[in-house]
Amino acid sequence: MPEKELDRAVQGEYKLGFEIDIEQDTVPPGLDEETIRFISRKKEEPEWMTQLRLKALRRWKSMEEPRWGHLYYEPIDYQSISYFSAPKKGPESLDEVDPKILEAYDKLGIPLEEQKQLAGVKVAVDAVVDSVSVKTTYSEELKKHGIIFCSISEAIRDYPELIKKYMFSVVPMNDNFFAALNSAVFTDGTFVYIPKGVRCPMELSTYFRINALNTGQFERTLIVADEGSYVSYNEGCSAPMRDENQLHAAVVELVALKDAEIKYSTIQNWYPGDEEGKGGIYNFVTKRGICEENAKISWTQVETGSSITWKYPSCILKGDNSVGEFYSVAVTTLAQQADTGTKMIHLGKNTSSTIISKGISAMKGQNIYRGLVKIGANATGARNYSECDSLLIGDRCGAHTFPYLESKDAHGQVEHEATTTKISDEQLFYLRQRGIGEEDAVSMIVHGFCKEVFSQLPMEYAVEAKALLNLTLEGSVG
Amino acid sequence: MSAIMKIENLHATIGGKEILKGLNLDLEEGKVHAIMGPNGAGKSTLSKAIVGHYDVKITDGDIIYKGESIVDMEPEERALEGIFLSFQNPVEIPGVNNAYFLRTAVNAKRVHEGKEELNAAQFLRLMKELVNELGMKTEMINRSLNEGFSGGEKKRNEILQMMMLQPELIILDEIDSGLDIDALRAVSEGINKMKDGKRSFLVITHYSRILDYIQPDYIHVLKDGAIVKTAGAELVAELEEKGYAALEEA
Ligand SMILES: Nc1ncnc2c1ncn2[C@@H]1O[C@H](COP(=O)(O)OP(=O)(O)OP(=O)(O)O)[C@@H](O)[C@H]1O
Ligand SMILES: [Mg+2]
Repeated sequence: MPEKELDRAVQGEYKLGFEIDIEQDTVPPGLDEETIRFISRKKEEPEWMTQLRLKALRRWKSMEEPRWGHLYYEPIDYQSISYFSAPKKGPESLDEVDPKILEAYDKLGIPLEEQKQLAGVKVAVDAVVDSVSVKTTYSEELKKHGIIFCSISEAIRDYPELIKKYMFSVVPMNDNFFAALNSAVFTDGTFVYIPKGVRCPMELSTYFRINALNTGQFERTLIVADEGSYVSYNEGCSAPMRDENQLHAAVVELVALKDAEIKYSTIQNWYPGDEEGKGGIYNFVTKRGICEENAKISWTQVETGSSITWKYPSCILKGDNSVGEFYSVAVTTLAQQADTGTKMIHLGKNTSSTIISKGISAMKGQNIYRGLVKIGANATGARNYSECDSLLIGDRCGAHTFPYLESKDAHGQVEHEATTTKISDEQLFYLRQRGIGEEDAVSMIVHGFCKEVFSQLPMEYAVEAKALLNLTLEGSVG
Repeated sequence: MSAIMKIENLHATIGGKEILKGLNLDLEEGKVHAIMGPNGAGKSTLSKAIVGHYDVKITDGDIIYKGESIVDMEPEERALEGIFLSFQNPVEIPGVNNAYFLRTAVNAKRVHEGKEELNAAQFLRLMKELVNELGMKTEMINRSLNEGFSGGEKKRNEILQMMMLQPELIILDEIDSGLDIDALRAVSEGINKMKDGKRSFLVITHYSRILDYIQPDYIHVLKDGAIVKTAGAELVAELEEKGYAALEEA
């Protein structure tokens, strides 16, 4: 089949690229100590937090932007970005959320009224627009179980002891260039605390929306699952279509104490830019979790958006018998580039990790898997299984895998498998000869390829992920 | 006696090279047509031209199906209109579940015909029945489409699809190649079961064996991009004895 036909079937149209027409408070571009104090003041933060931010800023200034990723982009001018933007109608009263925001979230399929449910299932949502959380649903109901589900700004004010104890405990503020930047300027995000022995009775989720022009989004999420607890958390996101690139540098920290389990799912759909690579979100994200004894963390991600993705959700398997999992589908089409993967750090005995990575490239998309499995000296009986598969659609895209293994334990058991396949014209033709339309044929092959990852998502999100995948690849084949 | 398909003065190229050179052929409704001919003569090219394969460019002539030209139709439209090709070499599609694929195809056809879709249970019952009939292993239902199937298993899977899709014009490109004795019988019986006096068949083969089973009404010889001879089933024995070279002199 001719190349341009193939393109037609995978070239998705970004359907969430609208702008919310609301008045916003935005600081002028630039980053210095005054910017930090401004953000801190806006958020009515205690002085200790302001000091931590200033410390992070100093660290950041001494660091260099990493360039080892297999990514090509013009240097980012950090002084030309605005670091704070908030809808003018403040989030003070939960009932007074700007109707335009409610409407926008409705359009995104995220109900902010508690009576409206997602696919008939109760899902608690924290809605973040640019730099602030505008609404958190079901907080009261969750409180009855002792669960804290609120914006990180509220948590800093209301639960300082938990924040002081756990923030920066998994991702230190100087961990890397983007984490340091985030530590200095982070604006909002979600805080979750599940008490000992509690199984969170509903899905928790945060939906991030970038709306303002020239503004970066720097969210920070912290989830603490106390001993023997369980939580399933999902994040989603989108942004308007703009010709300028916008920076998104988030940090997510997960703490799974003894016997606890955290399932963290992401459906990433930031605006990907156009076919020439113009516009789109630069997504530089640090996500890491720590597992104490017998604990388990699963990262599941479906990455379809952003013009650039730099992201390695990781697990530190500190406690004996702890388990880390990473399931990923990353799609790059148009001129998107993704350098993504995971790190599994085995420190405890009999720790085990599983990595299933599925990269799909179409049009001029470039997909890089970069993964590290590290087995420490005391991690006897550690096991890892990695599988990295790439699917190419057309001839102009690419896929590369960079698996790294560091093992100090001769007894560690590590298995790695990798495959690269191409959707061939012959396969598409075969399906079409059986009466299946071209786009359905592509999506059938793609879904077959992603099956293992989608099966990890909570039901209501699996449906969304499949639909999103179809939309993303719509028009890029044919 | 009416023709389900009329192929008129068909000229077609692959990669710029002319393969079909003014081919004429009428396929009658409810009849079994067999095509024989030397390797490289253009038999597979003809079948690809009929189903709209992207390799084949039609440069002149026409293909009329049920009274209408189909040369500008998308492959999936031709399929939905009832044209089925069993491929000489069915492609493997990893990750796509055989049953899921076939149910999608069957339901696409049903929707096209204004019928209700089959639900998973109805579909599976039907599929299992036919899988047994064709002597296939039940596990084939849940394997990836054609992936790792042996040559014979692939051919049986093609016949399974044919039986599920109930097409009106069935083109079988060397369905008998690579089949063992039992498979050949099972496949032939499957084909015979599909004969209903309306459905038409175009069977491309090199061997008389399958023709003994399915009893063609016509034998056509395709040589160098054109039909050079058409006769009844008796031609098979003659060809087996003398070969295609003898036709040249005739
Ligand atoms: N993709 C292609 N590129 C170039 N030449 C091709 C291609 N496909 C077919 N051909 C050529 O077209 C001619 C006809 O091929 P075709 O497959 O139709 O023959 P056939 O009659 O089916 O032969 P066989 O009995 O061996 O199956 C052959 O010379 C073949 O090499
Ligand atoms: Mg052939």
